[in-house]
Amino acid sequence: MIEILWHGRGGQGAFTAVRLSGAAYALSGKYALAFPSFGPERRGAPIRAFTKLDEKPIANRSEIEKADYSIFLDDTLFSPSAFDELKPNGTVILNTKKAISNDKIIALDAEKVAEEILGMPIVNTVMLGALAAVYGNISEENIAGAIRENMAERLWDKNIRAVHAAMEAVKK
Amino acid sequence: MARKFLSGNEAFAEGIRLAKPQVISAYPITPQTIVVERLSEMVEDKSLNAEFIHVESEHSALSWAMGASAVGARAFTATSSQGLLYMAECLTYAAGGRFPIVMMNANRSTALPWNIYGDQRDSLSLLDSGWIQAYAENAQESLDLALMSYYIAENSAVSTPLMLKLAGYVFPHTYEVVDVPVPEQADAFLPPFETENKIDFDNPKNLAFSAGPAHNDIFKYKEHIGVLNAAGVINEAERKFADIFGRSYTGLTESYKTEDADYIIITLGSIAGLVKETADKLRRQGKRVGVLRIRYMRPFPNADIVRAVKNAKAVAVLEKDISFGNEGTVCTNVKAALQKSNIPISNFIGGLGGKNISKKDIENIFLRLETEEPEIKFIGIETSGGEI
Repeated sequence: MIEILWHGRGGQGAFTAVRLSGAAYALSGKYALAFPSFGPERRGAPIRAFTKLDEKPIANRSEIEKADYSIFLDDTLFSPSAFDELKPNGTVILNTKKAISNDKIIALDAEKVAEEILGMPIVNTVMLGALAAVYGNISEENIAGAIRENMAERLWDKNIRAVHAAMEAVKK
Repeated sequence: MARKFLSGNEAFAEGIRLAKPQVISAYPITPQTIVVERLSEMVEDKSLNAEFIHVESEHSALSWAMGASAVGARAFTATSSQGLLYMAECLTYAAGGRFPIVMMNANRSTALPWNIYGDQRDSLSLLDSGWIQAYAENAQESLDLALMSYYIAENSAVSTPLMLKLAGYVFPHTYEVVDVPVPEQADAFLPPFETENKIDFDNPKNLAFSAGPAHNDIFKYKEHIGVLNAAGVINEAERKFADIFGRSYTGLTESYKTEDADYIIITLGSIAGLVKETADKLRRQGKRVGVLRIRYMRPFPNADIVRAVKNAKAVAVLEKDISFGNEGTVCTNVKAALQKSNIPISNFIGGLGGKNISKKDIENIFLRLETEEPEIKFIGIETSGGEI
């Protein structure tokens, strides 16, 4: 099972990315659970959310303690304690404008990508694209399919482009 | 059948749409809200032909549902926690009036302290209200139970309202893969609601009447028999469901590797999946462990429990409930079922107010069964004095 831990702030659309990641993976005929750290939602407050991906139905609904990928939509939420929540070969995917040199961290300026393509600093689908590029088992085509199933039609095209741009940026 | 990625609440709403209730009356409460929102959207876009009644309280929500049922309409309502408790007066009316309403309850903690997360204290405190009580494990089961609930409740030998429990937050808000049946399949499974127990100008009769000491007991007896009759109808519903949809269910309980198990955890609701997974892990280490998942708390599966633990050395009941001053209510019921056996029964209380129950917690329960005397234990709380 692949376990993905998401960190964001209320209003950033983190949970939308979480849902899309599960929906996209499920489109390949496999199984996923996507759930937030349950509770009242407050704009700006830190939130955690979880995606679990597997070839077979997933019975374990408990929160992820050790992740394969730990994704930060906001680098103010990141601290070195993030590494305690990683599996031995786990990776942090971090949205930041800072230069990072740490082989456990994939860093990208998702905000810049979002500004260019979406016209606003909403990084959720950009970070989803980054995950897809790093993980390699969620196809761009299925993410596009999940976006079409789960987002309003006016958002399809630019979010699909944002995912593509993020995948290209990470591959570089 | 369409494979979709839905939250438990959305999946359940799809199931209700397929069951075609004619009247929906509900008041929103976290974490049930999405069900009511989706159903109101379905009524608005005409994909569900129902009257949607915006009521001012849960007490009114169930009162409306009773009124609808009393004219022969299929009725639905949904609530949670304090909303269910506010509705409590009407629960016995609906059961005693033999109105086969289906209600979804998103299991949630009861105040105080105020808390919107899941546990089972709300519905378990109302076991005696005369309703059939079902506890789903996942979104697929909740969708399927939406259809089966009406089949069971409306059977003339049952004619009893049914309360279906989704574990608050744990899966109403979890997105997962769900097969959504097509309407033709649902129609082949669930016939339209037909009842004699309704206001009918051509065949006038008295409904929802008084009964003094001379006759009250016979009505209560019949109410009891109606709930007991549900057990057979549940089996019938599941056979028909499997024929049409190809998914099988196992009646009042689900036995998981109990046949040769030395140690068994009896539990219910969404935690059961993790308990089964933990049992698999321990089996790989050579331990003979099993799980009995209670699917229905009323009618209570006494015979299933006796059969499942027949060869076990010790049993633990894991529940998200405490009846203060005694023990968890599920445990009390299990102990009554096992009164003729000498098997040690422990009670593990966890997940109150939404607290996470981890795989390690469950491993520890199996481990303690091997070595410890029977106990009543709050998971993660290391104090003495909780024993009776």
